[in-house]
Amino acid sequence: MNIHEYQAKQIFAQYDVPTPKGIIANTPDEAVRAAEQLGGNIWVVKAQIHAGGRGLGGGVKLAKSIEEVKQLAGEILGMTLVTHQTGPEGKLVQKVYIEEGADIKDELYLSVVLDRAAEMPIIMASTEGGMDIETVAENTPEKIIKVQVDPSIGFQGFHGRELVFGLGITDKNEQRKMIDFASKLYSVYMDKDAEMIEINPLIKTGAGDFLALDGKMGFDDSALGRHPDIEEMRDISEEDPDEREASRYGLSYIALDGEIGCMVNGAGLAMGTMDTINYMGGTPANFLDVGGSANAETVAKGFEIILKNPNVKAIFVNIFGGIVRCDRIANGILEATKLVNVHVPVVVRLDGTNAPEAAEILKNANIPNVIPATDLADGAAKAVAAAKGEL
Amino acid sequence: MSILVNKDTKVIVQGFTGKEGTFHAEQCIDYGTNIVGGVTPNKGGEKHLGKPVFNTVKDAVDATGATVSMVFVPPAFVADAVMEAADAGIELAVIITEGAPVKDMMYAKQYATKHNMKTIGPNCPGIITAEECKIGIMPGMIFKKGNIGLISKSGTLTYEGANQVVKEGFGISTAVGIGGDPIIGLSYKQILPMFEADPETEAIVMIGEIGGDLEIQAAKLIKEQITKPVVAFIAGQTAPKGKRMGHAGAIISGSAGTAKEKMDALKAAGVKVVVSPADIGKAVAEVLAKK
Repeated sequence: MNIHEYQAKQIFAQYDVPTPKGIIANTPDEAVRAAEQLGGNIWVVKAQIHAGGRGLGGGVKLAKSIEEVKQLAGEILGMTLVTHQTGPEGKLVQKVYIEEGADIKDELYLSVVLDRAAEMPIIMASTEGGMDIETVAENTPEKIIKVQVDPSIGFQGFHGRELVFGLGITDKNEQRKMIDFASKLYSVYMDKDAEMIEINPLIKTGAGDFLALDGKMGFDDSALGRHPDIEEMRDISEEDPDEREASRYGLSYIALDGEIGCMVNGAGLAMGTMDTINYMGGTPANFLDVGGSANAETVAKGFEIILKNPNVKAIFVNIFGGIVRCDRIANGILEATKLVNVHVPVVVRLDGTNAPEAAEILKNANIPNVIPATDLADGAAKAVAAAKGEL
Repeated sequence: MSILVNKDTKVIVQGFTGKEGTFHAEQCIDYGTNIVGGVTPNKGGEKHLGKPVFNTVKDAVDATGATVSMVFVPPAFVADAVMEAADAGIELAVIITEGAPVKDMMYAKQYATKHNMKTIGPNCPGIITAEECKIGIMPGMIFKKGNIGLISKSGTLTYEGANQVVKEGFGISTAVGIGGDPIIGLSYKQILPMFEADPETEAIVMIGEIGGDLEIQAAKLIKEQITKPVVAFIAGQTAPKGKRMGHAGAIISGSAGTAKEKMDALKAAGVKVVVSPADIGKAVAEVLAKK
């Protein structure tokens, strides 16, 4: 689960990770009140969406007067922001964060993520803040400092020294502040079961203080149960409504732009099915994993969600029953055809546990739209043909 | 011969009397797995599925001499269960449970390694040595005995792969579902050399997915150490690029973990890479015919 910048900064504040002062606003008038409350004579109006690259997309603007705050908030609120992380459809801005202007001397980069290979958190830092860090990693990898932190010992002094010397910080006072900053950020990462924390840029002010000017946080979904405070920060408007609806039924759904709807058990086989459709000259309309406990209701729901997509010309149901019993899926398909108007051809391949019983059920039901398939290759070929109107 | 487990392996079940534990333990017993007991706190002394129940893993190991544990406890208790198994001298824990927090696994895996306990999973179908020992949730009947070793991140693709191998007239020595979580136990890197050393395994099927770089590491290892033919499929060639929030995850592995990158690395290592999982069986027949 991801959260907004302003929420990440609320969490930082709980750990005394320094951030500029800011207030969230839903309307231009609220933005004006926020700016007045913050005081000063320069403010930043920042679009709050779950994606990076907001500045380049026009979602972060500097205001030099209260009038300008109102004008910019009016422009940004309600705009559909397109960045390299939102996809071409962009994201609607519903909240802006009004932040006091900061005196920026240097822009740095700092993040904490899981190093899968080392199986421990890793802190990454760079003097090249404010830039696209992937480009930095590709062109000048030596400018990214990586420090692994073994959780059994936690963040130690030497981790901090590796960071500050790596960043070329020579002033002792600044060294102390940066080590303190990184240490606290590591605590946030561990305590909150974060998946990643990224601050880009982390700025050094003219006075030699370090501030988190930005903040992105993602969390381990499996650990949310023990963090009700984080769960409360969930912004459902940032999630795809179909994906959300699917997840309520234990289905994992992602819409794609092809023509063949897919219903598969297991994420790996679901991706493999999409790959096979593609290989045979078709295009998958979605990824849909019905999970391990599929029944008539979830299968019916799956059909309903797939068929909401007007581009779908055929459906391929590909189930390899392990825990999932094929006869149950077959009954689910029968049930679904009663509940949902399945108006496109449905190619069905059921293999594994109770597959012969399932074949018998479908044969006896004799539904005109249902086309049985013997294996994955056969099923994919038939689905591709059906989508082209050749079956 | 086989790898890691066989008909003599003594297995206990942690989370034995729960709904999932009961259902799958029963299936394993039916398959022929030598399940010698189980652990459920406060049910020590009882019998379940005709096997003794113990309060702690230590009690179970003392009484039965079990060396392998199949873990079915709920996600929040997985780390505790795995560490208990390691502490009690279990040699291999097969963790089936899905949804264990990553941080928990970080600690649990470290502790297991310190105690020389191997782990498989979490969030995996388990391990099966065909017609001898099934420790997990896979449908046993598709795994006919034979000479093909199988390693897979994905559960249902394991079944798909095994089924095709069997339909081509071959069989499985051992199949291991390693799971796709960020932190897992045994991976390609450890299991490929086991298959290389197993006299009964003649060829290896390796099934991977997008994300992470385990398959890239495996390609390196195959080039250097594996002489047996390997067939590979990487799921997710058509998967959309996720709408990520940050970039940190991609930078850390030094690659985006795309299917293409992984397929190219495996091809360069001499692996027979198939574009569709529907071709796994045929590819196995091909590489064995060449031998």
